[in-house]
Amino acid sequence: MSTLTQQIVRQQVLVLYLSTSALDSSVVGWSVYDGTGRTTPTTGDSDEPPYNTGVAALQDGWRLIQAAQLIPPYPGHEYDVSFLKHEFLFEKLVHLEG
Amino acid sequence: MTIQPAREHLLTSVQMAHFVAHGSLRMDAVVPDDMNAQAVDVLRAGIPPVKYGTPLNEAFPEGSFARRLVELPQVAGALYSLVGPGPTVDHHAVHIRKPNEGHAQPLHGDAIIDVRPDAFDVQLMYYPQKVTLDMGGTLSVPGSHLRRTNESDTGRYQNLRGQTRLVCEPGTVVFLHHGIWHGGRRNDSDIARYMFKIRFNPTVRQLRLWNTDDLHDPEVVAELNTRFPWYEPATGRLEVYNRVMLWQALTGDDTFDPDYWVTRVSNRPQRIVAAG
Repeated sequence: MSTLTQQIVRQQVLVLYLSTSALDSSVVGWSVYDGTGRTTPTTGDSDEPPYNTGVAALQDGWRLIQAAQLIPPYPGHEYDVSFLKHEFLFEKLVHLEG
Repeated sequence: MTIQPAREHLLTSVQMAHFVAHGSLRMDAVVPDDMNAQAVDVLRAGIPPVKYGTPLNEAFPEGSFARRLVELPQVAGALYSLVGPGPTVDHHAVHIRKPNEGHAQPLHGDAIIDVRPDAFDVQLMYYPQKVTLDMGGTLSVPGSHLRRTNESDTGRYQNLRGQTRLVCEPGTVVFLHHGIWHGGRRNDSDIARYMFKIRFNPTVRQLRLWNTDDLHDPEVVAELNTRFPWYEPATGRLEVYNRVMLWQALTGDDTFDPDYWVTRVSNRPQRIVAAG
């Protein structure tokens, strides 16, 4: 007699901020959100990024789901500094046993 | 407090350039032990609130803990150098990160977006205890103060390369530019972590208020050229551009432009020569 196990899927999200618009450029900032509830990443919890480049995250199985668009500066605001420009969102789907 | 601090207690030009680049100035263990020993009880009891914009003289009675804090020679000298004589107290607050409280503040700038090009408020943050890494010392991001962002819209940023997770000895004071990105970190220890913050508004033009004897020291330019590991290289150049503009405002010298970036992009000659 076989036992049926229910597969539950949860999403983990990794946000990498890169030094240029190239996915293989170096990481300057990062955030992690864990839909499994197993970890609770938060503000200021690490000084070392999980990967050195965006491509390194791909090589570790993260799937790219969004990349920041390249938007020219608003006229008259060419020298303003604001948010980080090169934001890349990745996901991993994690299978939990129900 | 309208008495000018002794010149040796004013900031130097190199220190001011450091503040313009980093958006902060740290003074380790500057408050004496006897005050630190009293501080937690004083902060627990609370410091009476004041109306926004109360003159410093009126905000804290003579002899009170807060008054003694801001009258410490090095603190008073830095405050005068940054905002000048007769600043007003915008507000003050005791911040407590509770033991094992389970969450951090999102990265934010205080108040609302504030893009004044030639004036700034400063926030004094005083840490009476030794702060270890797990006690939730303030996270701050060096060189973030000129970014045009509003309050906690930066909350998605959990960690940035080169960020500062404050760890310090008792009696440490940090002055922050009003725009700096910061937040109280999660306190994973069993000890409550205290911090007393006072925001000051200038009431005079912030023009050469420090000890300018070293104004032409090459270290001034070196400080203003500081890049931080979290900067995208392209935006880092704009950061230097904006610091040069602020330094010009603080010194009254609109020719200061060591890397020629301001001059180059504003060069629009109007002289017309005769056609050949």
